[in-house]
Amino acid sequence: MDEIQNKEQSTSTHKIGIYLWIWGLLFVLSFFSYMVDWFAFQGFLRWTLILIFMFLKAGLIMAFFMHLYWERYALVNILLWPMTAIAGFIILMAAEAKYTVFTRLLYFFIGG
Amino acid sequence: MSDNSLNNLPGGFKGMSHDMGSDQTAFKGVQWGKVMMWIFLLSDTFIFSCFLISYMKGRTSTVVDWPNTSEVFSLHVGGVPVPLLLIAIMTFVLITSSGTMALAVKYGYEKNRKMCGWLILATAIGGLTFVGMQVFEWSKLIHEGVRPWENPFGAKQFGSFFFMITGFHGTHVSIGVIFLFIYARKVFRGDFDNGKRGFFTTMKSDYVAIEILGLYWHFVDLVWVFIFAFFYLW
Repeated sequence: MDEIQNKEQSTSTHKIGIYLWIWGLLFVLSFFSYMVDWFAFQGFLRWTLILIFMFLKAGLIMAFFMHLYWERYALVNILLWPMTAIAGFIILMAAEAKYTVFTRLLYFFIGG
Repeated sequence: MSDNSLNNLPGGFKGMSHDMGSDQTAFKGVQWGKVMMWIFLLSDTFIFSCFLISYMKGRTSTVVDWPNTSEVFSLHVGGVPVPLLLIAIMTFVLITSSGTMALAVKYGYEKNRKMCGWLILATAIGGLTFVGMQVFEWSKLIHEGVRPWENPFGAKQFGSFFFMITGFHGTHVSIGVIFLFIYARKVFRGDFDNGKRGFFTTMKSDYVAIEILGLYWHFVDLVWVFIFAFFYLW
């Protein structure tokens, strides 16, 4: 745990190694998500892989490049909790989209 | 980032209730400009989320097949179509620039003026390359007949979502590039070393400004991660 020792110094910078590691990981994860398209995975496997690589990349960028891992919880929580509203919005709009396509199929093709 | 006095306070959730729980500064050890940038980025997150959610809603609810992005965004290399090639290169360019920015922030806090300046300049050039490739992508698609109201590949909504989402992201990148060039000049001139007062403010310049600029730039990269996943790969 180098970072804990780093926190005790007043210079407050992190070792260059951690940035290079995260940088490398982001390259590898981007390469993997490109490979998902390259090998043309379809359906559930494709969506799962895309989401896993996406969340890993987003998490690494936020935690280390944007320093959230080292911030106090007062800041971290004020940023992350409002985002749960987005999850709620996604659920609502997913239901709405299903309903819209249902009515379109019903009226366009079956004729009500 | 961190300083000595903060280590004497409780951490984690207990620390959060401690920081929030009485008449005191809530965000300890965080410069006010950094909090403001985070709040701005949070609101920007909501804007991009609304775009991506409306795109997903439009894509799910259309009864016409969605264009195959793997083919639409393919490039021909030696007569062979390579799927999503340009988008993959754009992704790598943006990640590279994000890495140089992270290092610029580190060297800024270490008061390494030269390294900080060159790395910000490298970040700006990366961003400029990204915008250039996006211009190429847009003109290619417009040439092929993609319009906000129609396109030759499938569902008509495709064009409007494509131009709206990538255009809004490209605007963010362009604004970021402008600021990166301005800040590269300020760093090289030594504004952050001698505490020169800024153009719009009477307050002294400090290297924390580089971290704030970095937050914005990493956010632009972060949004691209989601656009890449949901718009191009999905």
